Amino acid sequence: MKTTQSLAAPPAVAGPLLPATYNYKVVRQFAIATVFWGVIGMLVGVLIAAQLAWPALNFDIPWLSYGRLRPLHTNAVIFAFGVCGLFATSYYVVQRTCQVRLFSDRLAAFTFWGWQAVLVSAVVSLPMGFTRGKEYAELEWPISILIAVVWVVYAVVFFGTIVKRKVRHIYVANWFFGAYIIAVALLHIVNGASMPASFMKSYSAYAGVQDAMIQWWYGHNAVGFILTAGYLGMVYYFIPKQAGRPVYSYRLSIVHFWALIFTYMWAGPHHLHYTALPDWTQSIGMVFSLILLAPSWGGMINGVMTLSGAWHKLRSDPILKFLIVSLSFYGMATFEGPMLSIKTINALSHYTDWGIAHVHAGALGWVGFITMGSIYYLLPRLAGRTAMWSTRLIDLHFWVATIGIVLYIAAMWIAGVMQGMMWRAVNADGTLTYTFVEGVKATFPYYVIRFGGGLLYLSGMLLMAFNAWQTLRGSRAIDPRIPGVPLDPHAAAPLEPLTAGGPREIFA
Amino acid sequence: MEALFLLVPLSVLLVGVAVWVFLGAADGGQFDDLEGPGWRVLQDDDRGSEAPPGAPGRF
Repeated sequence: MKTTQSLAAPPAVAGPLLPATYNYKVVRQFAIATVFWGVIGMLVGVLIAAQLAWPALNFDIPWLSYGRLRPLHTNAVIFAFGVCGLFATSYYVVQRTCQVRLFSDRLAAFTFWGWQAVLVSAVVSLPMGFTRGKEYAELEWPISILIAVVWVVYAVVFFGTIVKRKVRHIYVANWFFGAYIIAVALLHIVNGASMPASFMKSYSAYAGVQDAMIQWWYGHNAVGFILTAGYLGMVYYFIPKQAGRPVYSYRLSIVHFWALIFTYMWAGPHHLHYTALPDWTQSIGMVFSLILLAPSWGGMINGVMTLSGAWHKLRSDPILKFLIVSLSFYGMATFEGPMLSIKTINALSHYTDWGIAHVHAGALGWVGFITMGSIYYLLPRLAGRTAMWSTRLIDLHFWVATIGIVLYIAAMWIAGVMQGMMWRAVNADGTLTYTFVEGVKATFPYYVIRFGGGLLYLSGMLLMAFNAWQTLRGSRAIDPRIPGVPLDPHAAAPLEPLTAGGPREIFA
Repeated sequence: MEALFLLVPLSVLLVGVAVWVFLGAADGGQFDDLEGPGWRVLQDDDRGSEAPPGAPGRF
C-alpha cells in the first residue's frame, strides 16, 4: 500500500501544485490597450483643445460638443490609458515579485474584457450625453455597477496572487498597487451611491453641498490613490529595474507608503474653497494638502536618487529618461498642489487655467511619462524580444512629448494667472475693470499654444504606437518559466532555475 | 455637514484598518530586512529573449 501511494503522489511537491509559468497574456493585452487608449484619449484631448481656440470645430454636432467630449477625454486618459497601464504593470509586478502565476487566469481575463466593456460604454454613452454630472465619475449607473464588479474581481486576482506568493517579503511596489486597488473600490462605491430613475439616468444619494463634499472626497482621493499611489508602484519597480540599481532607500520607500496612507484622505475640500462648504472644512482640506508635500517629496527624492551611481545611463537610455523626468514632474506637481490649496493663492487660481496647467503637469508629465516608460520596459519582454523595435524612436518620443508638455503648461500658467488678475481687477469706483469675455479674448493665443503642445504630445504617442506595433509584429507570445518551479508536476525535484538569481526567501 | 457623518467615521475606520495591517505586517517580519528586498528584485532576470521556434502561443 505504501509504495502505491508514494507512486501516485508526487514526492517532491509539497502542498498544492503551482503553475510553472507566469501569465503574460493578460499583461500583454493590457499593455496594448494602454497604447491604444492613449492615442484615443489624447486625440480627443487635442480636439477639445482646438475647440477652445476655435469653437466652430464642434461643427454644430451635439456628439462633438465640448461639454460631452471633455468627460470623454478625461475618462479615456485616466480610466482607459492610465488604468490599463496600471492593470498591466500591477499584474506584471505582482507575478514577478511574488514568483507565482496570477491567482486565476479566468478572472484576470474577465478583468480585461470587463474593463474594455466599461471603456467602450464610456465612448458610446458620454458623447450621447449620458452623465451623472460628477467630474471623473460621469458614467451612468449600469456602467458604474460594471466598474464595481470588475474592480472587486481585480482585487481578488491581485490579493489572491499576494496570498499564494512564494517570496515571503511583499515588495514595496505591491503595497502601493494594493492600496490603490482597495481605495478605488471604496471611493467608487461611496460616491457612486445613487437611485436609478431609468436606464441611463440616476440621481445621487447626496444633495447640494453634501454631494459636493462626497464628490471631492472621491475626486481628490482618486488623484491620490490612482494617479499617485498606483504610479508610485511603477516607480518602485521599473526605475530600479531599468537603472539596474536598488531603490535608493528601501526603508524610506516603506515610510513613504505608510505616510501617504495615513495622511492622504482629507485633501479633497481644497477643491471647494470659497464655496458653500463650511470654512473650517475648507481649512482642514488646506492643512492636509500642505502636509502631503512631505511624503510626496520624500518619495520623489527616493526615486530620483535611485540613479545615484548610474547617472550616465540617462544619456543613452530614453526609457530611463521617461521614468526620471516623470518624477521631476511629480515633484513639481506635488509642490504646486499644496501651494494652490492655500486659500489666499486659491483665491487667484480657482476656476482659471492655472488649474488646467497643474493637472496637466501631473497628467502629461508624471502619469503619462511613468506609464510610457513602464510600458516601453514591458513591451519587448512581453513580445519575447530583447528591446523595442527602435530605441531612437523612443528618444524622439521623449523629446517631442517633453517639448509638448513645456508648451502646454507654460501657456496655461500664463493664461491662468492672467485670467485671475483680470477677474479681480476693479476700478476706483468699485466696478469690474474687465468683462468676462475680455478675459476669454486675452486667452486666445495661449489656447493656440496649448493646442500645439497637445498636438506634440499626441504625436509622441503615435510614435509609441508605431514602435509598439513593430515590436509586437510577428512576435510569439510566451508565458515565461517561473524560476524554481518544475514544468512537470510529477518531476522528482525542481528543475534548476532558468535565471542566474541569488538565494531567495522561499516558504519552507 | 451631514456628509462628514459618513466620511469622518469612514476615515477613522480606514486609519484603524491601516494601523492593524501595518502592525500585523511589522509583527510578521515584513519590515525586518530593509536592504535585501531592494537588491532581490534586481536578481530576478526578466529579460526577454528571442523566442525559440515552435514555442507555444502566437501573437
